Amino acid sequence: MASHKESIIREPLVTGKDITYAKVTDDVLFAVENKPNKAWWIGFTVASLGACLWVFAVSWTFWYGIGSWGLNKTVGWAWDITGFVWWVGIGHAGTLISAVLLLFRQKWRNSINRSAEAMTIFAVICAATYVVSHMGRPWMALYCLPLPNQYGSLWVNFNSPLIWDVFAISTYFSVSLVFWYTGLLPDIATIRDRGTGWYRRIYSILSFGWTGSVKTWQRFETVSLILAGISTPLVLSVHTIVSMDFATSLEPGWHTTIFPPYFVAGAIFSGFAMVQTLLLVTRKVLGLENYITMFHIESMNKIILVTGSVVGVAYITEFFIAYYSGGEYEQYTFLNRFIGPYWWAACMMYGCNVLMTQVMWFKKVRTNIAMSWVLSIIVNIGMWFERFVIIVTSLHRDYIPSSWAMFYPTWIDVSVFIGSIGVFFTLFLLFIRVLPSIAMAEVKLLLKEQSEQEKRKQIEAGHLDVAQVAFYKKNLEKFDSVDVSEYENA
Amino acid sequence: MSSTKFILGLFDDPDEMMHGIDKLQKNSIPIYDVYTPMPIHGIEAKLGIKDSRLGYAAFMFGCVGGTTILSLVYYFLVHDWPMNIGGKPHFAVPDFIPVTFEWSVLFAAFGMTFTFFYATHLFPGRAPRVMDLRATNDRFVIAIDAKGNIPHEDITNLLKEAGAVEIKHNDRKYVSYE
Repeated sequence: MASHKESIIREPLVTGKDITYAKVTDDVLFAVENKPNKAWWIGFTVASLGACLWVFAVSWTFWYGIGSWGLNKTVGWAWDITGFVWWVGIGHAGTLISAVLLLFRQKWRNSINRSAEAMTIFAVICAATYVVSHMGRPWMALYCLPLPNQYGSLWVNFNSPLIWDVFAISTYFSVSLVFWYTGLLPDIATIRDRGTGWYRRIYSILSFGWTGSVKTWQRFETVSLILAGISTPLVLSVHTIVSMDFATSLEPGWHTTIFPPYFVAGAIFSGFAMVQTLLLVTRKVLGLENYITMFHIESMNKIILVTGSVVGVAYITEFFIAYYSGGEYEQYTFLNRFIGPYWWAACMMYGCNVLMTQVMWFKKVRTNIAMSWVLSIIVNIGMWFERFVIIVTSLHRDYIPSSWAMFYPTWIDVSVFIGSIGVFFTLFLLFIRVLPSIAMAEVKLLLKEQSEQEKRKQIEAGHLDVAQVAFYKKNLEKFDSVDVSEYENA
Repeated sequence: MSSTKFILGLFDDPDEMMHGIDKLQKNSIPIYDVYTPMPIHGIEAKLGIKDSRLGYAAFMFGCVGGTTILSLVYYFLVHDWPMNIGGKPHFAVPDFIPVTFEWSVLFAAFGMTFTFFYATHLFPGRAPRVMDLRATNDRFVIAIDAKGNIPHEDITNLLKEAGAVEIKHNDRKYVSYE
């Protein structure tokens, strides 16, 4: 398998000296097998306070009803659906990294897929909480399912995108969970075989008795590949269906055929931004700079740039079609985004998503950790405002001017949203404490070909094209985990 | 007679382990199994393990899922409670595609994964049958059934020559039982 060598002009995916298989295990499991550091405790405290706020705000909603939110008869959908679409979109990057990049044989996915998939699951949990809480009477949630009942049976309406959404989100969540957990089995077995006592017993149960025999690995790889193959159209279908919640209505601003691709691009865009937000901090706090390298950061920034530009084109198309359609209500809706009372929300949307991300054309920006992190936060904010603009700005001025209204969130609206971020980070921080945040087995596959040490050996052995080696060395300069001066004599 | 049940050759490098497999096979020593911390391509071919048929299972489960939901929706909205929506056909095929697709994926994913768990005997709480605890960390382990494969010293020497960093003569098949 590892007998052939990779071209020197490709950048390394694992940096550092003396990286052995055992060292990969030790480095990745350090956070799992040791007591958490101060940074983790601070983060966890803040996040769990947020989660408590969420529990409180959602309980309040259930007790007093949806009337505790700022909705009115004109704006009947606001922060709840904004938060829902935002979280579902964020979730998409995990599947994209684990499934689409696997199909395209992009090996840099190996060190980021685990945490990105975990992020997917937690984001979809946050999205699902909105679905349940916006029902007001959550014990009625069963009525979304086609169950026999005493009304006839009165079945759910399969002509409605909202029912498609129930099926799409629940399938997406459960398939992502299966994909993630199957991938975790070999790594959980690693923890099991290193541990003792009750610790070992817990991981033994979780490992399902994984052994790593030839047949197990062979089946494992088949399962991973097929799950990737079916998750790819699944993830596209999910956000397509989410967009159809809007696109199949007759509301100006919603009723557009561009919505499915536009939403999918936006989802990937915001998802990668969230992966970037999380991983830039995680790699620093857990000391994983050798595995999540500058190459990974730059690659993700490139995807953010591309999808951000796709979203930009979709924005322009929307405006053009509004003009070209000649429909005065359609035209007013889009004009109203800038001249109406919510002009500032539109500025946040277009400014954060399109204008700000264009700076990523510069390599200096793409390879700057602080700027990447700030930009990832800006994208997250921008994408939240995108959904807010689509939903609230389109709704607040409808066909009858006498019913025009503004939406003012109550403190419950705000608390549910901030609380959901708390829930998300609580789950993520627990995850990096109890499960390996990097897929160890997959990173071990990279050591013999794509690691910096192997490439260095190639250089030291000679017989390489001088120009190619120079190109390689120049590429290493951006890596914060590589000391380029060591290469001067090589 | 020695009490050795299994002879394990521990390698720290996958290429050397592959070399070890070749060497054993050249000397007609049957290999019981190989345990690795990561998937190593090419072992299946050497050990004569057939391709996994899980893909066919996934396809069949997908077909079952799609058929199930489409039949259910047909029953609900065409047969049991047809609704007149602007005079349009009750059997509105385009509307039923999203859920049909979702359930095809759902059944394919769960059916295939549970088939994998069932066939490989993976389930929560199963006692791990591990021959060497480092096989999930940094050792590539070739296991040879000691029964009938004698003399053991020859096997030991072969493994050593192939580059094994450690050779174990285990009296128990699995070391993971407490």
